Amino acid sequence: MATILLISANSDIAKACARCYAENGFDLVLTSRNLEETKTLAQDIQTRYQRQAESLFLDVQDLNSHKPFLDELVSRNQIAGCISFTGYLGDQTISQQDTQELIKITESNYLGVANLLEVIAAYFEARKEGFIVALTSVAGDRGRRSNYHYGAAKAALTAFLSGLRNRLAEHNVNVLTVKPGFMNTRMTSELDLPPLLTAQPDEVALAIYKAQQKQRHVIYVKGIWFFIMLIIKHIPESIFKKTNL
Amino acid sequence: MKQVAISGWGNFPKSDSQINRFGLSLDNSESFIPQGNLRSYGDSALAKNVVSMKQHDCFLGFDENTGILHCQSGVLLADIINHFSPRGWFPLIVPGTKFITVGGAIASDVHGKNHHHQGAFSESVIDFTLLNAENEKLRCSKDENSEWFKSTCGGMGLTGIILDARIQLQKIHSRHIKQKTIKTQNIDETFEQFEKYHNAPYSVAWLDCMAKGSHLGRSIITIGEHAHDGELRPKASLKLNLPFFFPSFLLNSLTLKIMNTFLYRKVLSKESEQLISYDKFFFPLDGIYNWNRGYGKNGFIQYQFVLPIEKSLEGMKAILEKIASSGEGSFLTVLKRFGKQNNNMLSFPKEGYTLAIDFKNTKKVRKLLNELDELVLKYDGRFYLAKDSRVTKEIFESGYEKIELFRKFRKDHQLDGKFSSLQSQRLSL
Repeated sequence: MATILLISANSDIAKACARCYAENGFDLVLTSRNLEETKTLAQDIQTRYQRQAESLFLDVQDLNSHKPFLDELVSRNQIAGCISFTGYLGDQTISQQDTQELIKITESNYLGVANLLEVIAAYFEARKEGFIVALTSVAGDRGRRSNYHYGAAKAALTAFLSGLRNRLAEHNVNVLTVKPGFMNTRMTSELDLPPLLTAQPDEVALAIYKAQQKQRHVIYVKGIWFFIMLIIKHIPESIFKKTNL
Repeated sequence: MKQVAISGWGNFPKSDSQINRFGLSLDNSESFIPQGNLRSYGDSALAKNVVSMKQHDCFLGFDENTGILHCQSGVLLADIINHFSPRGWFPLIVPGTKFITVGGAIASDVHGKNHHHQGAFSESVIDFTLLNAENEKLRCSKDENSEWFKSTCGGMGLTGIILDARIQLQKIHSRHIKQKTIKTQNIDETFEQFEKYHNAPYSVAWLDCMAKGSHLGRSIITIGEHAHDGELRPKASLKLNLPFFFPSFLLNSLTLKIMNTFLYRKVLSKESEQLISYDKFFFPLDGIYNWNRGYGKNGFIQYQFVLPIEKSLEGMKAILEKIASSGEGSFLTVLKRFGKQNNNMLSFPKEGYTLAIDFKNTKKVRKLLNELDELVLKYDGRFYLAKDSRVTKEIFESGYEKIELFRKFRKDHQLDGKFSSLQSQRLSL
């Protein structure tokens, strides 16, 4: 059975997605820096769905490790697709003053993901098949004072994915850009989010699975976010700069 | 951090709580109660601070040879049934809903229709890992850390956080249950039939709580066993939902009488046999999402007690007479014969008969329940913490001979300052 590679699989969304793909018959390779969590998830997938699942260490910020990691993996296991859940919200107020935090936000949300996906893209390109899915964010659609370092890195990732899709289209490899909007997860558990705009992990997972199977290009998980961002993107700068979104 | 209004399944009482997800940072100075899927009826999983175990829901392994499942405590019985019944395995003990977590099942030491043979849920627990007040992870079983096992099973989350457990599943060969339905005229006959069918693996009775006089305690008893027809894949069934709270005046003594009579008369023959799905047999109410809204916004009280076997018949008669003449009640009244009691400090079941009856939450009902409490006490009965939201400390204590042992255990291990619920505060547990 086809194997899917899940990057940074130690989030709620990754867990829901892993279960969704396993339920639909896929085997999984789960990577993260926190092996204990991905190991538990791998056990869950094996027990719950009787599918293969293994957990491997991968640090997305360690750029030089990406190529050897993939070479080792594909030497023993063919990969049919890759989904990246990597994301780090960071702390905007800290990163405004602290270069290290700004580097961390940029590296984990953009540079690390881009470098890793290039390595994987080359593998799919050579095989003329495969798919790439990456979670970016509505925060990348327009910079706002509350998290524009995160937003800028995600905007970079969104542009990267668009270019990658363009490049891989002729090689039969689809790239799906996912902009989830608010999600009810560990990352947001301290925030008071409006229920109608907030997606549950299972909802996100199913949306990703369906969009990927239909070879779609860009999705907002809850359709309403398309309209919200359409409006936000079109607010004139003279007004937008005075808002506090 | 944000506060949310939460309540147990009975929608009463309510509590403004801060819900912390397990694994995230927690202010160490404040006490809290671990929470599963919040399906206990009263205030046992309510507190100012709650630690939710719902996302702690991974399966950790399954041994096909022994049927032992290892899972994290937030796994729902529904998950186990969904994934293992098509493979021929089913939990050894299930209560009336499958939407409870394994951790909750242990903490309430829940019972099912097979209690008279298999005992309470803890009988199916091989062992579990408990995180106590000193942040020690203890492996607990009947042999290892056995005092922790005995205080935690039925201990309502007051001894620590259950992290994971190994539980015994049973082999099944069918998605069906072979059910036999027996209609009885009154409480004497109901008891006779329960004793007559004591060998049946599963048994339970629905009871017409409005019937009086010579019909007092008339029932529909269902007994069942797993079928052997080899069909394991469950069929999709229609799910209903109560999308809003019903106005509570719809439940009055007239409608109750009509509904109860209808439910009793609906079963035509004295004895009949059916083949039904395990979902319908074990979890009939799970087919209607949010059925608890049927009692209106003020919620309801599920009143459940057990009387010792030697006083069961006399006691049930007295209690049912009082309920029937009050005109209060519902059409969800359940009678069940329990088997032997276990060694856990606060587990509810003991040898005798248990009655569970729903009342909508009104002033008049609460007065009636106070009177019923006295009767339960008179016949040496006890109350079920997983359902309770209202009994007094004195009334609760009188039913549990090991209550002081439990309190001492909590003190000795500094558990009382760390784990507390509205219920434990109310009853000084």
